[in-house]
Amino acid sequence: MIAFISKRVLSGLILVLAMSTGAFFMAHLAISDPTATLIGKTATPEQIEALRDRIGLNLPLMQQYWNWFSGLFQGDMGLSWRTNTPVIADLGERLPVTLSVVFFGMLLCAIFGTTVGVTAGLRPGGVVDRVIKAGSVVLFAIPSYWISIVLIMVFAVNLQWFPALGYVTPQTSVSGWVASITLPAISLALGGVVMIAEQLRNSIVTNSGSDFVRTLRSRGLSTFRVSLHLLRNSAPAAVTVLALMFVSLLGGVIVLEMIFNLPGIGVATQQASQVGDIPMLLGITITTVIFVVVVNLLLDLVLGWINPKARIR
Amino acid sequence: MSTGVINSKAASMPGNPIGQKPKPRSIVRRFFTHPGGYIPVAIVLIVIIATYCAPLIQIHDPNRIDYDIVNALPSWQHILGGDTVGRDVWSRLVWGGQDAFLGALIVMVVALAIGVPAGLLAGYHGGFTDSTASWISDAMMSVPGMIVLLIVAGGTNGNMMILMAVMGVFMAPGYYRLTRAATIAVRNEPYVDAAKVSGVSSWRIVSSHILRVIAAPLIIQTALTAGVALGMQAGLQFIGIGDPLAPSWGAMMSDAMKAILVNQWLMVPPAVVLGGLIGCFAIMGSTLGQITGTRSEKVRHLSRAERKAIAAGAQATRGLPAPDADVVAQVQGLKVRYAMAKREIEVLHGVDFEVRAGKVLGIVGESGSGKSQSVFALLDLLPGNGMASSDGIWFNGRNLAALSESERRALLGREIAYIPQEPISNLDPMFTIGKQLTEPMRAVLKMGKREAHDYAVQLLQRVGINDPQRVMKLHPHEVSGGMAQRVLIAGALSGRPKLLVADEPTTALDVTVQAEVLELLRELQAEENMALIIVTHNFGVVADICDDVTVMKDGMVVEAGTVREIFSSPADPYTRELIDASLDGAESRMELDAQLDARPELEGAPA
Repeated sequence: MIAFISKRVLSGLILVLAMSTGAFFMAHLAISDPTATLIGKTATPEQIEALRDRIGLNLPLMQQYWNWFSGLFQGDMGLSWRTNTPVIADLGERLPVTLSVVFFGMLLCAIFGTTVGVTAGLRPGGVVDRVIKAGSVVLFAIPSYWISIVLIMVFAVNLQWFPALGYVTPQTSVSGWVASITLPAISLALGGVVMIAEQLRNSIVTNSGSDFVRTLRSRGLSTFRVSLHLLRNSAPAAVTVLALMFVSLLGGVIVLEMIFNLPGIGVATQQASQVGDIPMLLGITITTVIFVVVVNLLLDLVLGWINPKARIR
Repeated sequence: MSTGVINSKAASMPGNPIGQKPKPRSIVRRFFTHPGGYIPVAIVLIVIIATYCAPLIQIHDPNRIDYDIVNALPSWQHILGGDTVGRDVWSRLVWGGQDAFLGALIVMVVALAIGVPAGLLAGYHGGFTDSTASWISDAMMSVPGMIVLLIVAGGTNGNMMILMAVMGVFMAPGYYRLTRAATIAVRNEPYVDAAKVSGVSSWRIVSSHILRVIAAPLIIQTALTAGVALGMQAGLQFIGIGDPLAPSWGAMMSDAMKAILVNQWLMVPPAVVLGGLIGCFAIMGSTLGQITGTRSEKVRHLSRAERKAIAAGAQATRGLPAPDADVVAQVQGLKVRYAMAKREIEVLHGVDFEVRAGKVLGIVGESGSGKSQSVFALLDLLPGNGMASSDGIWFNGRNLAALSESERRALLGREIAYIPQEPISNLDPMFTIGKQLTEPMRAVLKMGKREAHDYAVQLLQRVGINDPQRVMKLHPHEVSGGMAQRVLIAGALSGRPKLLVADEPTTALDVTVQAEVLELLRELQAEENMALIIVTHNFGVVADICDDVTVMKDGMVVEAGTVREIFSSPADPYTRELIDASLDGAESRMELDAQLDARPELEGAPA
């Protein structure tokens, strides 16, 4: 088990290092001259030169890379070119907002995906199964911000059940916090719910025909107890999808934060992108990849806990 | 919103698209005659044609500002009204479409051009090429594509076409994984080996076969990609990436969002067009998946109403008079049907057999003769799409056919028990052996935890497992087939059943273990004085352990009688063939007679 974890941690570390290097050079390749957007077209050549000196653009690229990369190991992601404040401090404030929405979305995916998937899988051809089959194709493809627009129009503008905009910290008001992230989380989760449901439904249908299920039934176990065996055998596939979902939710949340006016990483990404704020963009990328690696590791541990065979590898 | 999702969607489709050879012409015809095929295609075509032709006849400049139509509702002059600054919504919708379709096309082409060749190479060469390419693909899937797009957007002033090309790169892993999996599958086909041996370039064979195999999955993937590309592109425009002046669907939605409290209508045209198109692409993909069999299921699942009707029908059957008191189980006129996707097939056409207390009945036949189906129907363990009807299934003086589902289940694990054929696959791989043994003891036999544990240990010892405490902690993949079969026998015995049904209990085992397990079954049967039904294809097993035998072929009983009768004078030539095949040798009958005579316990078995 320890060997398994350390192997996963090591490969995650390599991934983070490779991605940060790749992102650094890609960002500098794409954003060749950020000064124009950073201080505007009216700046004098002297002002531009001073700015280039301050943010280190006049150093050789490899030197810039090393400065930035060595800083990473001390938890220093540099100063934002736009605000001249430490990137890591800004991210520290914004992460809770984004993660609230994403993890709430994941939770909704897991809970409703499981419920619907199990219901459909235990009664293939039933009402739930047919509705899911018809709805999943379209719900999967529709972007989450599109869903959020519909939800806002119905629940925030017309019914006024939820606030349309803004974020409330849990310190201010827990119920306000939940209300402020509910619509974004639902928009984010809907596609994931049907994906997990369909995955689970298919594994349950496949597993229902397996030999051990018949043998368990032959020993007089109730349908409910047999379903628990089915669920555990079908869960690994759904957990794998959940891991993939996390990446997709992190992408989807960017647009949602703009729509719901949530002060999270998504807004920061968009602002940094507009002016070519490379340290900010890199900080966001690395933070995101770290979270993806950590969530994948956790889900791998869950998989190992569910499936004894997965523990060997 | 990221590439990962598409991938897993393709991977989650049941049934393996790889290896099936679709017939292209009939698939095309079926696609265009299916409402899920022609309707979305027609809608997408209409939108594309409208987008590219309407500018020729359009009456308004998409960027002309007319203060009279700020937030105007639809009118004859402006059929979709005006936006927040007074531009014609219809014109902007039409012009926005051109960029949207061009962008989606770029994404599809780039993703195909990178993903498919990379998948072919990695799958074909394997080794280092494969592990490197797969690592890159996995790494790309661990970054949200949206963040990468925003980094690139920062440097390119939001040039949408460059962004779409980058998006294509990040969509490539989906195609890569699909192609790689298909290539590996085809590379391992026997005909590729054969071609290698005969000197034909296997690369040529592989590539020509693969393209045929993955054509349909690639089209499905492309339909999904098109939908996602449209969605992401509009998402980028929505958050202000791209030319702020150029009309685009995303920018229109963003504009409408700002005015959502003033003019909700403004959101409708761009949202409906975008959502509708994405939905159409998704439905196209799903329909094609259904037609090529990547999503279809061969069996038909019975609805709740059908189940009720079948159960009611079974209860209504009037049985023949109850059998003699010493008959533990008797099956009369048993028929079994299966509901398949398009029809029903009957696999048993009226089967009779019976077993008396303390006796062993062998049901013999080749695979497909219906012998396993007979006992599953007796046990009420047919698969979900199976339906049994009979003139009566008697057990211990009760007609099981007239009992409800739950009443029949109450007999299982207590009075009737079952030993399966393939030991390992009949244990739940996720649970320890101890848990699987004790769970029914606690749930069905209502034992306490300690009591169940001790009973399981005792049973495992009885079936010949020397270190039961250790075995209870193991998972099924950690034990041998023989060990697993003993565990299953222990489980079957736990309820002290009156009737034990064993479906080919030795077939999957090594020859030496077969004899041991058979011997164990004989001992246990005599000890508990159970009635035992053994399903087998092997007359050797019959000679070894059975008192009576029923021979089956094609879902019907060929003949039945005592073992001695059947062996000495088989009435049906098929029985003779089976006996000869099992015992290979003309003199086998004589040997068997001798063997039977030498077995007093068989002759003197308690009645």
